[in-house]
Amino acid sequence: MTKTNDFNAVPRSPSIDKVGVEERVARFQSRSIKNDSKMQGLHMVLNMIDLTTLEGKDTPGKVRQMCFKAAHLHDSYPDLPTVAAVCVYPSMVRLAKSIVGDFGIKVASVSTAFPSGQAPMNVKISDTKYAVEHGADEIDMVISRGKFLSGEFSFVFDEISAIKEVCGDARLKVILETGELSTLDNVRKASDIAMYAGADFIKTSTGKIQPAATMQVTYTMLQAIRDFYDETGVMVGMKPAGGISNAKLALHNLVMVKEVLGQEWLTNQWFRFGASSLANDVLMQILKTDTGAYQSADYFTID
Amino acid sequence: MKRIEVLKTYKIYIGGKFPRTESGRFYEATNASGRSIANMCKSSRKDIRNAVVAARKAQGAWQERTAFNRGQILYRIAEILEGRKSQFIEELMLQDSTKKAAQIEVNDCIDRIVYYAGWCDKFNQVASSVNPVSSSHFNFSSYEPTGLVGIISPESSSLFGLVSMLLPVISGGNSCVLIASESKPLCAVTLAEVLNTSDVPPGVVNILTGQVSELWSPLSSHMDVNAISICSRSAYIKDIQIASADNLKRVRTYDDEWDVQGGQGIQYITDFQELKTTWHPIENIGGSSSSY
Repeated sequence: MTKTNDFNAVPRSPSIDKVGVEERVARFQSRSIKNDSKMQGLHMVLNMIDLTTLEGKDTPGKVRQMCFKAAHLHDSYPDLPTVAAVCVYPSMVRLAKSIVGDFGIKVASVSTAFPSGQAPMNVKISDTKYAVEHGADEIDMVISRGKFLSGEFSFVFDEISAIKEVCGDARLKVILETGELSTLDNVRKASDIAMYAGADFIKTSTGKIQPAATMQVTYTMLQAIRDFYDETGVMVGMKPAGGISNAKLALHNLVMVKEVLGQEWLTNQWFRFGASSLANDVLMQILKTDTGAYQSADYFTID
Repeated sequence: MKRIEVLKTYKIYIGGKFPRTESGRFYEATNASGRSIANMCKSSRKDIRNAVVAARKAQGAWQERTAFNRGQILYRIAEILEGRKSQFIEELMLQDSTKKAAQIEVNDCIDRIVYYAGWCDKFNQVASSVNPVSSSHFNFSSYEPTGLVGIISPESSSLFGLVSMLLPVISGGNSCVLIASESKPLCAVTLAEVLNTSDVPPGVVNILTGQVSELWSPLSSHMDVNAISICSRSAYIKDIQIASADNLKRVRTYDDEWDVQGGQGIQYITDFQELKTTWHPIENIGGSSSSY
């Protein structure tokens, strides 16, 4: 089956039982994870990270440094994977691509007037085109939350479809910015719109707004992906971003993905973490598990 | 009807909060005749982990405070302790002290705190130096805190030994994780309550109770702990020194019995300081002469 690109095909979203979501999420956090699985999980987390720098103060030097880290997480420890991708602004795509391209690390670019999305359509299109032309493998777009909240769902749908067209071979991640959507019902609605409009990934947040990727929000989106898959047979990826800064929380997320979506989603093809400081905490946990000694940030790269 | 007394729950002190141990375990503290006097938290290595995280977070800001302000805060500890004297005396007596000895011990503690409060903004100018060098440099050495210090209090003392080890560490701008005496832990937790009400920022001092036999290892092998302060009668000195080698922790060993007169001094502060020397280029070699 193929995706249909018609707004009228978007089904009525079910309403979300907030209390039920919270109870389910609490259960994911009480799983006992033994050392072997923990090690495997931690390596998996590293390999799913989109290492991110999205600051106004980003310089080529900063991006170069981050790209080096993406490929060399902690060279003194053998057999570590690289991260999945680096995530930068469009102006840094060419530079990032030239550094990490050889390592099989993807370059993701934010686009469509990130983070607010408050720009006319033609600007968003050319923003995206620019990133794709410079070699971006993935595009992280933001939706127009203002339009969504004022009920113009078809506008949001058309906007995503239009950007998807510009993306070409690049995979499209759609950022819902759930911190601005207020309710889980809205999160579910926006997820459905994004997936039916052609998103390859749905992503929680820009990282600029709090709260970002809470487990409740991520769970709601995972459930939407599950329903979409059952309906259409098309897999959509998930990327929680912002606020996942420690290994424990990342492992809880993996447990949730496994139990809601299943084993097939547990690769960086279908699941990512958007994070800047998560990698170091995961590395410290790996070394702790291996050596038995608690680790210090003094012995890891600054990020 | 006879009223049942409400017994105090002794909890541990991490990051300015009083949680129970993460492990949920406890042990009974007893007096010399074997009578149970309190249930104490039996902390685990994860409590050490949490305490170190809290101490690391607090250390930078504590060091950045002006030395004068640190002195004020330490003096405040003494003030609050003075007001809660009777509680400490009672607890010392529960732990087999005589009333007279308990009174003296608490007074000595207060005096010791005031002593180190005074040193906060003075030790650096007393211990630092301007060094004669043969090139055109003004060369001087001054002290900076080592960072995060793990303290294992002497087993024999409930309060005075602990205070004698704690105060020089924090007066110099370090933060610390302190393991209380296993057999006499009561005053350590009550002191935590004093610290918590006397402007000491959360995380600068963290106090755990439990078995030293299981806590020394995660503390001394922790890569984010910069120094260990311990007493000579401890059974674990050698093990601690070996575990400390990985990240070159300073291990300082002291007498278990802290002398009222000799057990205090600027050297206890500089034990947990790093000497930093600066070479400042100048025109003339005679850096301290009037031409400078």
